Amino acid sequence: MSTHPPSRPRVAVHKFSSCDGCQLAFLNLGEDLLTLAARVDLVYFAEAGPLDVDTEVDIAFVEGSVSTPEDLERIQRIRAHSRVLVAIGACAVSGGIQGLRNSVDSASWVAQIYDHPAAIASLEHSTPIATHVPVDFELWGCPVTSTQVLGVVNALLLGVSPRDDADKVCTECKRQGHPCVLVTHGIPCMGPVTRTGCGALCPSLGRDCYGCFGPAENANTNALSVQFARLGLDAQAIARRFQSINSQAPVFRLAAERTRTAGDE
Amino acid sequence: MSESRNVTIRVPVLARVEGEGALDLAIEQGDIKELRLRIFEPPRFFEKFLEGRHYAEVPDFVARICGICPVAYQVTAAQALEALFDLDIGPWARAMRRVFYCGEWIQSHSLHIHLLAAPDFFGCGNAIELARIAPEEVRRGLRLQALGNELMELFGARSVHPVGVRVGGFHAAPSPERIHAMRERLAAALPEAEALVRWTAGIALPPDAQDFVSVAMRDPVDYAIEHGGIAASDGLLIDAAAYPEHFVERHEPHSTALFSSYRGAPYLVGPLARLNLNRDRLPDDVQALLAEVGFALPSGNVFHSMLARAVEILLALREALRLFADYRVPAAPWVAAKPRAGVAVGCTEAPRGLLWHRYEIDADGLVRSARIVPPTAQNQARIEEDLRLSLLNFGLDHADDALRLHCEKVIRNYDPCISCATHFLRLNVSR
Repeated sequence: MSTHPPSRPRVAVHKFSSCDGCQLAFLNLGEDLLTLAARVDLVYFAEAGPLDVDTEVDIAFVEGSVSTPEDLERIQRIRAHSRVLVAIGACAVSGGIQGLRNSVDSASWVAQIYDHPAAIASLEHSTPIATHVPVDFELWGCPVTSTQVLGVVNALLLGVSPRDDADKVCTECKRQGHPCVLVTHGIPCMGPVTRTGCGALCPSLGRDCYGCFGPAENANTNALSVQFARLGLDAQAIARRFQSINSQAPVFRLAAERTRTAGDE
Repeated sequence: MSESRNVTIRVPVLARVEGEGALDLAIEQGDIKELRLRIFEPPRFFEKFLEGRHYAEVPDFVARICGICPVAYQVTAAQALEALFDLDIGPWARAMRRVFYCGEWIQSHSLHIHLLAAPDFFGCGNAIELARIAPEEVRRGLRLQALGNELMELFGARSVHPVGVRVGGFHAAPSPERIHAMRERLAAALPEAEALVRWTAGIALPPDAQDFVSVAMRDPVDYAIEHGGIAASDGLLIDAAAYPEHFVERHEPHSTALFSSYRGAPYLVGPLARLNLNRDRLPDDVQALLAEVGFALPSGNVFHSMLARAVEILLALREALRLFADYRVPAAPWVAAKPRAGVAVGCTEAPRGLLWHRYEIDADGLVRSARIVPPTAQNQARIEEDLRLSLLNFGLDHADDALRLHCEKVIRNYDPCISCATHFLRLNVSR
């Protein structure tokens, strides 16, 4: 991607199927939000106010997963008007928690919840942005942090490529000096296979990481599944560990399928 | 413009609401022919994919329904399950759950007032424009929002999808040093919150008194946040389990959120409904402040919702301070749960209003079925009713832009959280 510094970059924040939580990485900046607004030109941010869909922008942040027929068309328009497109959060990079519907007959769910199922426009699968358009940068996390999104804005302001850390939660946890919840307390922690970026928050409270930042690079899900079994988790419980916030991330999806298959034998 | 002109107003994406919605307004021969609030946030099927999950996973799952009020979902679910499992979480966890919840009220209400609602009343398109004419007020609001977030982070390590709540209490207890530092900041924020109440009370509002039933939780002692029964302004007082006997949900084809009704009619939930029912639970000096700024309760003018949020920010700060007064780290921040089969029911007052959960749990502690009724779904019918009454009161002769802005102001009074409601706005006006 081209990274030459724009003078005052035009920034858009778009929402697809999501909880709105990743946009809060901007709206929760406190007084820094006013500083950001002075440095960048926010041209589309429905939740904050400005509404200008077809303006050319330098950076488009996209929250949420593609899950309706209308989404399919809207993401193409956004891509066509954006120099750099950044997918933010689990929904946008892996399909999110609502991706749990991808492995079931979700049409039957619509019929069970709504009296007028035909009026509900919902695609069978919840899919990440990159399934539909080229994505320049992906930020993992449920939710992404203000540090992550400002990192991208600042890198592009400086004209450099944004940095990304795909290491494991474990490395950050060790740096902070927390007792290992998996080894010390026998709690089935997802830290060994989960991408860092949150700040090892769960282990800092003495609890298990549940994988909300998605798979780390070189994640050894087999070894972790074996360890979970040693801790007494049955195949269903192990599969559930991988089938959570990022169930459709390929590494986690395969780990869950393998566990369930082994459990059936 | 002529009374007989037929006009269509289309607001394709409503700005400054949480989630996605649209408004269709058709005026024919000077009458409202059609008025529909269309929530088109895609359904996310939380109730369905909770089926088969372990009870311990529920608080982290339901948080994902809403990034703005995850605490409401977590605490409601945890309390419902604790009630089923006969779990007494003890005085420390009960008090800190309320403080944690106060953090979310401060954060969500401050975000709503300053970033979503107030710009309308100053002719501004957004908070950045508002900050040019009212810089100190916007900065004060952003500071309060940040303080609410930090209060949530004390217990949850982060404010969006916090990770601290578990069935049985909290995963960890903050140190006395951190609580002491937070107490000083909360105390310093009290005058700011009082100034916020005075500022919002000074904003000129459209006179728009309407007749409706308010529904909110009510407690014998406290201002209801995370505990109490369910009350209505017609005298109803029930416990959470009786909710389905009195409140009905139906699906309308133009929305992915379900509509709720009480005795066949729309009703109001949220900050104004809470104050309408619980003004006698406010501390005396807060009641005195309301009298001083001329905020008479109960109020039938939903435009008072912004002021109601400011009052609740002040209340939440005071509650947090009160509950931190004798803070000690408990022997254990949680108690172990022993799951049992049955139905778990619970409700709390989310920032936007009553939030009701019901889970059917099996003997292994797995969820067999889930039902979640969020505040915005309950307010949806009331918003449509309010828009119709408020527009007739405002006058249909106004130009399209003025009509659209008025509709948006009405809708934003409810701070609709469309992400929650679907687990919402485009104005489309035709004349």
